[in-house]
Amino acid sequence: MTFTIPIDNGDALKNAEADSQRTLYPYVTGTSIVAIKYKDGVLMASDMGGSYGSTLRYKNIERVKAIGKHSLLGASGEISDFQEILRYLDELVLNDNMWDDGNSLGPKEVHNYLTRVMYNRRNKFNPLWNTLVLGGVKNGESYLGMVSMIGVSFEDNHVATGFGNHLARPILRDEWRADLSFEDGVKLLEKCMRVLLYRDRSAINKLQIAKITEEGVTVSQPYSLKTFWEFQAFHNPTAGAQGSW
Amino acid sequence: MFRNQYDTDVTTWSPTGRLFQVEYAMEAVKQGSAAIGLRSSSHVVLACVNKAQSELSSHQKKIFKVDDHIGVAIAGLTADGRVLSRYMRSESINHSFTYESPLPVGRLVVHLADKAQVCTQRSWKRPYGVGLLVGGLDESGAHLYYNCPSGNYFEYQAFAIGSRSQAAKTYLERRFESFADSSREDLIKDAILAVRETLQGETLKSSLCTVSVLGVGEPFHFLDQEAIQKMIDTFEKVPEEEEGEAEVAAPAEQGGGADGLGDQDVAPMEM
Repeated sequence: MTFTIPIDNGDALKNAEADSQRTLYPYVTGTSIVAIKYKDGVLMASDMGGSYGSTLRYKNIERVKAIGKHSLLGASGEISDFQEILRYLDELVLNDNMWDDGNSLGPKEVHNYLTRVMYNRRNKFNPLWNTLVLGGVKNGESYLGMVSMIGVSFEDNHVATGFGNHLARPILRDEWRADLSFEDGVKLLEKCMRVLLYRDRSAINKLQIAKITEEGVTVSQPYSLKTFWEFQAFHNPTAGAQGSW
Repeated sequence: MFRNQYDTDVTTWSPTGRLFQVEYAMEAVKQGSAAIGLRSSSHVVLACVNKAQSELSSHQKKIFKVDDHIGVAIAGLTADGRVLSRYMRSESINHSFTYESPLPVGRLVVHLADKAQVCTQRSWKRPYGVGLLVGGLDESGAHLYYNCPSGNYFEYQAFAIGSRSQAAKTYLERRFESFADSSREDLIKDAILAVRETLQGETLKSSLCTVSVLGVGEPFHFLDQEAIQKMIDTFEKVPEEEEGEAEVAAPAEQGGGADGLGDQDVAPMEM
């Protein structure tokens, strides 16, 4: 039970101080999530970084979590809002389990619940500053969807957030197949994460890959990717721009 | 049951631990015309007897669609039944909107039962005077529940409520063990035969009964009169053509005017 002292500053749109009661900008943020459906389920990759503006401040943040028996949630954006969402979902799953009646929330239900939550917050001009990726398997069917902070929601065979949209998805569009094995899926995700590591300044070289199948969820131990910096172009980066202004 | 000094308020216990108002509400269910439900592992059939106030009026609607995968048949105070059906539709659609997924029927009946219980514990309310047979699907297949004015609910393979429902229950008790594996057609046939039992002598016609079906891959819908009549024709032999078998066939017609004689002491608000 959280204990907050209520402050009523009035209408959030007209009164300047009232803004302190709603989200204006994110502070500690996670970068991209990349996720794909594969033969047995869904694979989701993220790094473990939490940036404080341009500082890579936190290096042990798990941005992918299991939800219930059938789903996996990954988030980019404000980490505290992600933690708040995890609390909402915790309550949701708890109430679902309390029924104890053989029915359980699948990934589709969780995705739609989150869509409603995100959209409602957006309508109140107080968004949860996240882009969420929801993947799961239930009754043999794989599910992968995404919700943005303004409530835009859709499903696809492969999704990515933030920089991943620009750097990873083109790779996935070319190389994704429905019958990817686990090893091939991981290789594909690592390829995407390596590009992000090179090009996204908020990415760190410590990632986790989570897998969800009919049997359940496994989140890998954190590991790092091998990188190569000896490209000729890096040796003398300003070779083509000597003395120019 | 006779009047006593503990039956004025629903919030008054009797010395023997009974709430008479709740029991009186359950009596109201027994006065309504019969409603029958049965289920197999994949389908639920709800059927009821159509009773009209008079020959001039149309019959009361007693079976309601709650959602594609849930239907309800009522017996007792139909106004209460209508209001509860609206509540059920509301719960169902709210769930669908939030989760894009059908509300499991087992959860709906618990909400309904909790709502009924509230009325047994407030001095300014009265219990709902209607029994509901709720048929629907959830992840574990087809289910049939009976919701009582007392706030209790029970799951059944087959059940009948309302007036002369005992005759239908006797019929169902003989046959229920085969229902789980019944085909859809056999299930409907059994429902119509159970309805016939409650008519006690009147000829079974499709205009006298309403039948609805729902199942896995089949959304809730009513069977039209033709389909019901065709089914009736398969087992109800027409007396003019089969004189020799009149004894074996379903009870012969006893005149169309025998309808409704025993029901003149039924309150007009109950159907």
